[in-house]
Amino acid sequence: MIELDARKLFCPMPVIKMQDEVAKHPVGTLIRICSSDPGALNDIPAWARIHGHKLIESETVEREYFVTVEVCEDK
Amino acid sequence: MERQRKAVALISGGLDSLLAAKVMLDQGIHVEGINFFTGFCVEGHTHAIRKKDKDKQKRNNALWSAEQLGIKLHIVDIIEEYKDIVINPKHGYGKNLNPCLDCKIFMVKKAYEWIQEHDFDFIITGEVIGQRPMSQRKEILPVVANESGAEDLLLRPLCAKNLPETKVEREGWVDREKLHDFSGRNRKPQMALAKAMNFEDYATPAGGCCFLTDKSYSKKLGDLWEHRGEKKYELDDIMLLKVGRHIRPNERFKMIVSREEGENHFLQGYRKQFDSLQILNFGGPMTLVDGITSDEDCEVAAKIVARYSQGKHEKSVTVEYRRKDGEVFEINVAPFKGDEIPEIWHV
Ligand code: SF4
Repeated sequence: MIELDARKLFCPMPVIKMQDEVAKHPVGTLIRICSSDPGALNDIPAWARIHGHKLIESETVEREYFVTVEVCEDK
Repeated sequence: MERQRKAVALISGGLDSLLAAKVMLDQGIHVEGINFFTGFCVEGHTHAIRKKDKDKQKRNNALWSAEQLGIKLHIVDIIEEYKDIVINPKHGYGKNLNPCLDCKIFMVKKAYEWIQEHDFDFIITGEVIGQRPMSQRKEILPVVANESGAEDLLLRPLCAKNLPETKVEREGWVDREKLHDFSGRNRKPQMALAKAMNFEDYATPAGGCCFLTDKSYSKKLGDLWEHRGEKKYELDDIMLLKVGRHIRPNERFKMIVSREEGENHFLQGYRKQFDSLQILNFGGPMTLVDGITSDEDCEVAAKIVARYSQGKHEKSVTVEYRRKDGEVFEINVAPFKGDEIPEIWHV
């Protein structure tokens, strides 16, 4: 699993980080991002839906927000 | 059979770009969206920072638009390149520090580079003639097409019928008859079209697409440039201009005083980059200091922070002053009375 740190960045920067990382990896790769902006809980799943990637998990731990996406075939 | 033509749509998250993309989809064009992040975008940030805004919808409107349209959205970070647009706009600023015309040209130019790299045919925007005072006047729209290099590969589906034919229409890639002739500031035609297309709940940002159109934000940015002695900024600078009360007691320093809990938390993240103040014996706002302070300045800063604390009516309040190099000391001060903070200090 690839871990991305997007703490202290505000949306859409965490989305851009996820988008750019996904572009580098083959289908099946799991990418987990940690953000301090709660907007990431909406924006990253929305971005994944649009591009046909799979949302595996999203969770809140205190003031940090984690979203895991599986890279799928780009539609 | 003629191949399906492909267009990239500049998606801001507002209604016009949503409609322009839908008009193209309805003509059988393959559309993908592109959204540029300049660092000045209104959406998200203040909601993410301020606790009182936490209940507000936190969706990103550009992503929402793309999802409604069923298209991909490519979000591009242009923070670094965009600095030159804000600092040296060839066509000048609008009412505030908004370089709208240069900004449009730059974004269309980036979109033009994108279609060349990705083998797309043309670009669409949701611009409407006469809708914005500076950048959408009829004589200005060709400037965007020319200076961006996109020329007649730039189509504005919402007002195309009021403009000369583009290659996109001449070649029959789209049917000009099915495009629109909207103009002016009246939003009713767009709202009617949105209704006809079954779009509800679309974004209507009051302040436009970015903070640069905001008078008070522009004033703070102008103040930052003036006191740094040069027109420059980093992302942290422009983020901090979105937060707190900005108070400049003299030429040497400015204070950023948090207004609520969410801002307190946000400003705490900057304590290694700036001097900071906190009240020790009462509840009070997290405060950053931008500049270099003398002992006397520290005392003035402490009196100001005390004024905004729960100890504002007390005779004496204890303030911790922490320099960014780690030095920490305490100051006991009498809080300023309201009228001891002159209006002119507020940036
Ligand atoms: S309002 Fe801001 S983003 Fe929109 S055109 Fe003007 S400068 Fe660019």
